[in-house]
Amino acid sequence: MRPLADIEAEIGSIAGTDEAAAERLLALAEEVLEHWITARGEDPTGEQVEGFRLLALQRRGARGVPSFNACRETCREIAYHYNLLRLEPDCKLDEGRRRMMAMLTKHLALFVSGKMQVEGLGEFCCASRPLRSGTHQ
Amino acid sequence: MKAEYKRVAYYPGCALEGTGHAYNKSTKEVGKALGLELDEVKNWNCCGAMEVKNIDPKVQTYLSSRVMSIAANEMGAKVVMAPCNGCYHNLKKAEHDLAHDESSRQAVERISKKAGHATYQAGQVETIHALDWIKDGIGEEELKRRVKNSLKGLKVANYYGCMYTRPRHIFPEKDRGPGSESTSKPHFMDDLLAVAGAENVDFPLKTSCCGGAHVLSDSDTSTKLVLNILRAAEAAGAEVIATECPTCHSGLEMHQVRAEKVLGEKTKVRMLYFTQLLGIALGLSPRKLSVHENVSDGLELLKEKRLA
Repeated sequence: MRPLADIEAEIGSIAGTDEAAAERLLALAEEVLEHWITARGEDPTGEQVEGFRLLALQRRGARGVPSFNACRETCREIAYHYNLLRLEPDCKLDEGRRRMMAMLTKHLALFVSGKMQVEGLGEFCCASRPLRSGTHQ
Repeated sequence: MKAEYKRVAYYPGCALEGTGHAYNKSTKEVGKALGLELDEVKNWNCCGAMEVKNIDPKVQTYLSSRVMSIAANEMGAKVVMAPCNGCYHNLKKAEHDLAHDESSRQAVERISKKAGHATYQAGQVETIHALDWIKDGIGEEELKRRVKNSLKGLKVANYYGCMYTRPRHIFPEKDRGPGSESTSKPHFMDDLLAVAGAENVDFPLKTSCCGGAHVLSDSDTSTKLVLNILRAAEAAGAEVIATECPTCHSGLEMHQVRAEKVLGEKTKVRMLYFTQLLGIALGLSPRKLSVHENVSDGLELLKEKRLA
């Protein structure tokens, strides 16, 4: 498994507005989530939720860790932008959509790398749980 | 429109007396301009925020319940309005705990007795955010009628942060279909600013993580997350990021400065509280709305846009 920093660098290098760019960004977002799930000693799922493995991976990653839902909407937006790029090829808005999909994927990578360093990221706010005791309220 | 929102118990919380002073000032000014009344909760205390929550979550539930108890039992209020996402979130969480968890009920009863005040009972008040207060207290039609200085031409990205919608289970009034707020794609701030004439850009990072609570302990993660939010807003075409939380607002402002200093990454987008933007649209002066207190210089932009 390559480092998250390498994935982040690849996200920034993707250009073009073709289907391949959307596919690659989606694959990179999945790879980011695989990091988190593997680090927790689980197997990254091959299942899909609403047609996306990405959403199934996010759900798997949040199992027992509600603060991981801090990236739920980011993943849903990645899937949405993927759909836009796939379903409206050659649209004049494609360049902006591809750029936004890349920024969303980068945000996911930053969030997951932050979680890998400080697991409590999102605990206090998104999960409404204490940062240090790790107990359910 | 909800008549009970015309006059509400106001819980500013500690941030609005410090870093979020401009939010406090502009919320009050906008309320005054719209004829919405605020009765500040008497002798209010900290909602428990993160410090108390870390040590003993039950004490945090008690602290938030005390605020609601004063509003309900000493002021006779039916609605408490908290403009800070942290306070709003904690009061909502306390409400949820008291409605669903017997051990929380017992802890709150025990501490309330010891403190010598009436124990708050779930359901005595409704806790709302400043966005609910304006959206349902005055209504979009009436707000539109009162706009004197349209924000037309101002491109805005609306940033809600995380605590306004997460975790979903403490906000049972949201996701109720048309007219209600959405936890996955909140829109109340977008709606209000659109009525004020602003051009809302499509901003997919509107509830994304900014590193919030780790701002001091892990500043680099927060700076990178915020920088990506700022850049995404700019890529979406925004000139301003509208905020509705003092913590989000300071986080975006501080990390914008830090990103430039530490990472050499400069961004131009400005941050303004949604109440400051609404106040401008209602014809109030930037001074009255404390725009000059913001770290991010929104005044220059407002002048450029002939809004000030």
